[in-house]
Amino acid sequence: MPDARSALDGASEAGFVKVEEMGLQGMITLRGDLAAEELQAAATAATGVDMPDRTGIRTARDGGNALAWMAPDELLVMVPYAEAEERLAQIQAALEGRHVLAVNVSDARALFRLSGGPQVREVVAKLCPVDMAPAAFGPGMFRRTRLAQVPAAFHMPDADSMVIVCFRSVAHYVYKLLCDAAATDSEVRYHV
Amino acid sequence: MLMLTCPNCGVTGEESEFAPGGEAHLKRHGPGSSDEEFHAYLFAKENPRGVHFERWRHANGCGKWFHAARCTATLEVFGTYSAQTTEPPKDIKDKISAKRPGWSWREVE
Ligand SMILES: [Zn+2]
Repeated sequence: MPDARSALDGASEAGFVKVEEMGLQGMITLRGDLAAEELQAAATAATGVDMPDRTGIRTARDGGNALAWMAPDELLVMVPYAEAEERLAQIQAALEGRHVLAVNVSDARALFRLSGGPQVREVVAKLCPVDMAPAAFGPGMFRRTRLAQVPAAFHMPDADSMVIVCFRSVAHYVYKLLCDAAATDSEVRYHV
Repeated sequence: MLMLTCPNCGVTGEESEFAPGGEAHLKRHGPGSSDEEFHAYLFAKENPRGVHFERWRHANGCGKWFHAARCTATLEVFGTYSAQTTEPPKDIKDKISAKRPGWSWREVE
């Protein structure tokens, strides 16, 4: 079997911030009662990360693992790509017999990173109907929304960068949008 | 601009993040109902200028359904509440009464 490749093979472009496709990321959708102790324990055991608050994300110190709150009954489990199947099996074994659903969705998604300064907010603000003022959105929050014409989610690993998650099928569309919104000299300078 | 707060995830978003689901609190009339009831269920919808109750889905967010009470003329949202209810909760009705004294909607007031 040929090696897995990410949607855009790590494409990148430099505008007033840098846009890059991040490559392969292991992702497991875990659906069930997020208040259940067993589910929380399984998610934490698979990642080493504590449960996030509502609409939040918790990331491991090395940045490889994370838990993101997607919905009242849905958690996004992020692990290294190569470990996704193993972690999935671990979660499924821990929750055997419970009313839960866990699926490896790594190959259904694409990830982008915006980096280079607090102006990463401006790029998202151009494309999403979300208040991107620093007081309204910042690191630790995870926001699902609409990015131009497609669903997407994003969070800020730190004040100077942004990670955007979308479906792999629209990766090229999202990449072009991000590059366009980040084009050199197109800062709006509204938030920063 | 219509801004809605999803009671399922707490996110306040702009209208285009949500999908409208039509009039709220419809009683479904199916097999066994009269022609008049079935016709009314399918076609006879409220279209008020003012207080209205609707279903919305946080389509590009958490994906969940909820109810919204709003004014169709001003886009003021009086409140949003759980989808798992068959009538507007009292606190929502009280909020509307405070701002639109004498309002009514179908049999609700
Ligand atoms: Zn929501």
